[in-house]
Formats: sequence, structure tokens, C-alpha cells
Amino acid sequence: MSTSGSENHTNYLNDGYGVKSWLLTTDHKRIAILYMISITLFFMIGGFFALVIRLTLLSPNGTLVSADTYNKMFTMHGVTMIFFFLIPSIPAVLGNFLVPMMIGARDLAFPKLNLLSWYIYVLGGIFTLSAMVLGGVDTGWTFYTPLSSGYSHTNVVPTVIGVFIVGFSSILTGLNFIVTIHKMRAPGLTWFRLPLFIWAHYATSVIQVLGTPVIAVTLALVGFERITGVGIFDPNIGGDPILFQHLFWFYSHPAVYIMVLPSMGIVSEVVTCFSQRKLFGYRQMAFASMAIAVFGFLVWGHHMFVSGQSVYAGMAFSALSFLVAIPSAVKVFNWTATLYKGTIRFNTPMLYAFGFIGLFTIGGLTGIVLATLPVDVHVHDTYFVIAHFHYIMVGGAVMGYMAGLHFWWPKITGKLYPEGLAKFSALTLFVGFNLTFFPQFILGYLGMPRRYHIYPPEFQVLNVLSTAGASILGLGYIIPFFYFMWSLRKGKVAGNNPWNAKGLEWLTTSPPPTFNFDKTPVVTEEAYAYPEEDLVGG
Amino acid sequence: MFNIPFFPTEASTTASRIDLLFFALMGIIMLFTALIFVGVIFFSIRYRRGSRASRKGATSENLKLELAWTIIPLCITMGIFIWASKLYFDMHVPPKNAMDVYVVGKQWMWYIQHPEGNREINTLHVPLGKPVRLIMTSQDVIHDFFIPAFRVKQDVIPGRYTTEWFQATKLGEYHLFCAQYCGTGHAQMVGKVIVMQPWEYEQWLAGKSSGVTMSSSGEQLFTQFGCVTCHRSDNTGRGPTLVGLFGKKVLLQTGQTVVADMDYIRESILDPRAKVVATYQPIMPTFKSQIDQAQLMQLIEYVKSLGGSQSASKGNKK
Repeated sequence: MSTSGSENHTNYLNDGYGVKSWLLTTDHKRIAILYMISITLFFMIGGFFALVIRLTLLSPNGTLVSADTYNKMFTMHGVTMIFFFLIPSIPAVLGNFLVPMMIGARDLAFPKLNLLSWYIYVLGGIFTLSAMVLGGVDTGWTFYTPLSSGYSHTNVVPTVIGVFIVGFSSILTGLNFIVTIHKMRAPGLTWFRLPLFIWAHYATSVIQVLGTPVIAVTLALVGFERITGVGIFDPNIGGDPILFQHLFWFYSHPAVYIMVLPSMGIVSEVVTCFSQRKLFGYRQMAFASMAIAVFGFLVWGHHMFVSGQSVYAGMAFSALSFLVAIPSAVKVFNWTATLYKGTIRFNTPMLYAFGFIGLFTIGGLTGIVLATLPVDVHVHDTYFVIAHFHYIMVGGAVMGYMAGLHFWWPKITGKLYPEGLAKFSALTLFVGFNLTFFPQFILGYLGMPRRYHIYPPEFQVLNVLSTAGASILGLGYIIPFFYFMWSLRKGKVAGNNPWNAKGLEWLTTSPPPTFNFDKTPVVTEEAYAYPEEDLVGG
Repeated sequence: MFNIPFFPTEASTTASRIDLLFFALMGIIMLFTALIFVGVIFFSIRYRRGSRASRKGATSENLKLELAWTIIPLCITMGIFIWASKLYFDMHVPPKNAMDVYVVGKQWMWYIQHPEGNREINTLHVPLGKPVRLIMTSQDVIHDFFIPAFRVKQDVIPGRYTTEWFQATKLGEYHLFCAQYCGTGHAQMVGKVIVMQPWEYEQWLAGKSSGVTMSSSGEQLFTQFGCVTCHRSDNTGRGPTLVGLFGKKVLLQTGQTVVADMDYIRESILDPRAKVVATYQPIMPTFKSQIDQAQLMQLIEYVKSLGGSQSASKGNKK
């Protein structure tokens, strides 16, 4: 990553080559690269666990691994993917890189805090990884009590310490973004001229700052009960196991929006650029992001429709969950309307954005199914739920991340990746994803519970399909890894603005200089001010 | 009702109602998915770069359109909400004539007791066409009693009772799954539900019965643990009488009142000083380490047999 090939201008990549120049950097762009490397590592680890899960489920008898190993696999798959990949993915990598550039700033408001957040992330990662190396953890990523606080014999404490620590990195990133967006916008860049990517990160940051402390305290209490035996969640010693679920989902539902809101921001950037068109309904889109962040905090109880919470609480949470679906629907409609009378190009980022829109639509609408109380009773804790949230988190969040990575890769590295191969792998990913997760909707409605390593034989055909899909999906992730690496040395020089995109980040050189802009830009127009004239023939 | 491949059997009165709602939802989903997919594909082709389609009059603001696609989905979802809430509510109110069956979940098996005295493990026999209410608790972690063919599912929680009810409509054997992850043997905590003709069920009850009903087992425990020395039936003991207690309101020392339901009786056995009845002394010791969950249920069944408010014993406390 430290070579910049044929670039001859000074940029953040050739501004120092030593290890120290990376590990002690306060440049938001270099920190973004540090994050990118770390989360990719965790993605590979989490992906390995997924591989073991899918291979085990090829057979209804669970012959590949033992029950205990399988339980550890899905637990560690969830923990790594959620806390160490999805939550930091877009904010800490693309957000870190782009938030200052998009608002015309030299860096984030607190560059040292930004570096600290990466070190905290690494420290949390070390704890969680060591828990895995020491023998793993088998509570499920949801850490439900009293299983986690009293009954599990695995490494719960180091794992929750790891998650506790990594939460601070998330809080610091959120805090940094909020202050930066408030105080460091370029002259002329008013709130309603901000790109949607910034709005999305602002909304995300609010959730990170307000929500993360709750999960931190909750998991700390699990560890505390485990070590001291003081009854908090275990009813045998005077605790309340349902209390844990309330606290856990109070963060962990909004956490889904931490994952998907930044993706929505990316899709807004990509769709406008490759339609060469102003975003349809800009203000509604901005408000929708904030509405999702706010309403997202009021719907946690929809994870608990069969937990024994009161019928009336269930109804209230159901109604609120329907409400939170509306701003998401508004966003999908607005993206679609943006295409109308645009000048559409089908470059790789756009294919990923289409993928996002399609898969997020399915994920969101199946969320409506889950918000519907009686239907949720049937499909709760079955593969229907697994399919639904993978459509949101992989089909939505990861597709968005891939769209963003392909969109800004030329800016980040100054190099172009091979477009044909990239399109092919985007297609592979889309096909593989659907083949993996669509059968799981059917499995779920048939009644196959989640977290089963053995299952009745009538579910086998669909499970085999799903595993077959997963192998294609895996290929869809491996190909980009190689062509991105390849492009660093052999890729064509990108130029400042290869996509003819609007936005301040495209005004500066690729890769950008250490302080982003030679001269602070002055903003005189709204976001996505693509020419409205007839551009037939482009 | 439906005979679609890749679709689960409908074997309870609730199942067809849930499936109907589910199909309505699928219709809405397909409509909206089609709308978006067709929109995206059509616009992408028509307005691809190089196409000659007119771009005149392109706009990026249309308040009426924004309002329409906010309000229409809102109305649709609120309609679903009302339909769903009604059904959800019904699913939590068992019919008055429901027969009770007691379930204890523990790592990793289901222990089931019928009031008639029959006990079974990982198998539940029920009669066709009769509402059955399951009264469930867990001895350790949270479990979940899930019967896909009946479309019922309810977490089984340590430290309290939860209930679920169903009325089977189709003879046969159906899957019983633990749906809440509960540790190593979670996937083995499965069994079957066997729906029989009512007369077959009666035969089964008679044939497999130990001859001792749950309430008489409870009565034996009541004597064995010495409960009877204080909780005398003539109300002259050091503890309040339990005759006619079940489902009645009880005045506590603190001046509050509490309904003597299953959870209250259970709590009073395990943690007697938590809610002491007015005018009595907190002298009862805990029986926490001596009585297991299955025995607690027998004691409760015995207390129920001493009479009380019938509606409270059937009505769901939720």
C-alpha cells in the first residue's frame, strides 16, 4: 500500500514510507487505510467461520464439526462480522477518508483521537481474537442471559471485554464526525448543500455516540455477573433475563442502522454520479436519514415478540417498526426516481448500487413481515430471520461498501481497477448472494430454527442450494481482493475525476495531498449539481 | 387450505389465519418489489447513456409524489398492523375450555406433565380439535417451544411461567423444536407433537397413566415438605389457608394486593418473604433447593384443585 507507482505529485501515500509514518500518522486518509486493512482481516476471519457453517449444513447429520464447535463458529461469525467488520466498515474506512474531503476540510476535528480510535479497535480485536484462540465462545453473538452469564463454559469474559473496548473506537469515530461536520465545513457549504453521504454519516454518528454506551454497559454487566455471581440477569440469583434483552436490543437494533445508513449515503453518491442527475428529493432523503436514526431507537422490542414481554408492548413496538420502514421506503423510491431522465452509465459502482437497491428492497420488505406480530411468532428465530438480516447487512451494507470501494478506489489509490473483471465479480456476488440467502426464506417459513447444526432431512435440499450459493458468493469477494491488489501496481492512472462526478473530493488530485486541498474550496452550488441540460449521447 | 410444495403443513386453527396474513404480505412485497425492479430496469434502459429518449422536463423535486409515497405505504402498514394485532391478541388468549399441559425445559430436553398424571419426554400427545394451553418454565437457560405446523412459538423462561395455546386441526406427528439457542445440545432439544383422535387420547391417557394425578402428587409433596402443618385447611395454622385461594386477590403486609396466580404461588414457595400476606409473620423458610420445577407445577396444580377463581386460572395474566 505504501507505493504510489508513477504518481509524481506529493500525496498522502508518498508522504513518508516508514512503518512509523503509518502507525503514528494522524492523517485521516492513512488511518482509513489502517482500518481498511484491519477490517479486511476480520472479514476474512468471519468469512472462514461462515464457510465452516455452510459446509456443516451440507449434511443434516452435522458430521463435519461437533455441536460445540458449530456453536462457536456461528457465535464468532456474528461477533467478528458485526462488531469488527460491519459496524466500522463504512464509517471508519470510507467515512474516515471522505468526510473531511467532502466538506473541504484538512482533516477530522480531532486527528489524534482518530488514531486512538484505531488503536482501541486493535486492542478490542486482540481481546476477541485471543478469546477465539483460547477456545472460542459459544453464546451466540446475542449473548443471551442466563446462558452467557452463568451456563456457558467458554471464553465469554475476554470476548465481551473485546466488544466493550471496540465500542469506544466506534464512539470516538462518531464523536469526531459530529464535531467535524458541525464545525469544519468549507465556506458556502450549508447543511442542505451537504452530500447525502455526509448526512448519512451524521445520522450514523448520532447512533454510535448514543447507543454504544448501552451495549458496553450491558456486556460489562454480563461479565460482572459471570465473575462475581451478583444477580443481574440470572433469575436463580435474583436477576431478570429479559432485562438483558431489552438493553441488548436497545443498542443492537439501531446498530443495524449504523451498518446500513452509510451504505445508503454511498448509494446516493453513486446513483447521482452515474445518472449525471441531481438526487431526486434531496431534503426528504436527508430527513429520512435522520428519521431512521431517531425512530431506530424506539423499535428494539420487535426482537422480543415471543420473549414473554407484554402483548401491548409487542403491539407498540410493532407499530413503531412499521413506521421506521417508511423513511427507508422513501429512500428507495427517490433513488429510482433519480434514474428517470438521467444519463445512465453502467460502471461497476453503479452495478453495486443497483444490487443494493434490489437486495435492500427485499430485505426491507421482509422486515415488514417480521414486524407483523403473528407472522413473526412463526418465523422468529428461524432461517427467515437469518435470510432477512443478511439481505440487509450483506445485500445492503456490504453491497454499499463494495459500491463505495469501487467508486472511490481511484481517489484513494490513484489507480483504476480492471472494469470488465469488476463488473463480472459484481454480478457473481449478486447471483451468489441470492442463491445463498433466498432459499433460507423458504427454510425459515418451513420452520427450520437458526443455530441448528443438525436438522430434519427434509430441509437438506434448500441447505445444499444455500451452500452452493455461498461458494459463488465467496468467489465474488475473492476476485475484487486480487484485482484491487493488482491495480495498486499495474492499474491505469485514474486522474482526478475518472467518473465525471460532483463533490469536493473529486476536485483534488488522486491520491489526494496530505492536507487534501491546496487551497480551501469555496462552495457555490448544491450537492449533485450535474448539468440539467439534455445530454443525449453524453 | 393450501397445497403448495415447499410450504409447511397447517395443523392448527391459528396456522391458517397466520398463513392468510403471510400471503397478503407476500402479495404486497411482490407488488412493491416489482414496482422498484421494473422502475430501475426500465429507466436504466430507457435513459442509458447514448439513448435518444428525451430528458426534457427532468425535475428533482416533487412534493406531491414524495407525500404519495410516504402516505400510501404508511396506510398499508397501519392496515397490516391492525389486522396483525387482532390476531396476535387472540393468540394470547386461550379459550376458557382449554386443557392445561405443563412443560419444563432444561438443557437439553422437554419434560411434559399432563394433569392426569402422564409424563413424557420430548413428545407431546394432544387430542384433535381441543384447545390446549401449555404452561411452561425452564430449569436453567431460556428455551423456546416451537411447533411449526401449529405456527406457535413462545420462549420458555427460567424464573417465571409463560404460556402458549393451540387447537390441533389435523391428525399426525409434527416437529417440536427448541427455537431459542440454549447451548451445546440446542439442536437436539427436539421432539414431536402427536395429534390423536380424542378417544385415542383418552385411551393413551388411561393406558400410560401412573395412576397418580398431578394434583395428588402435589398433595403428597404438600404433606412431605410439611406445608400442611402451617397452611391448614381450616385457617387455624401459622400460614394462610390455601383453600379457595387460587386466582383471588390477596392483601399483603405492605398494604398492596396481588393476585394469587401461578407466578405468585411459585414465588411464595421459593422466596416466601418477598410477598407476605397481611397479618402473618414472615417465618416460612425457602424451599428453593428442595423442590424442582416439575414438582412446583404439581404443587400449583394441587393449590388449583383446592378451588378458587376459575377465570383467573384460565385467563392469561398478560
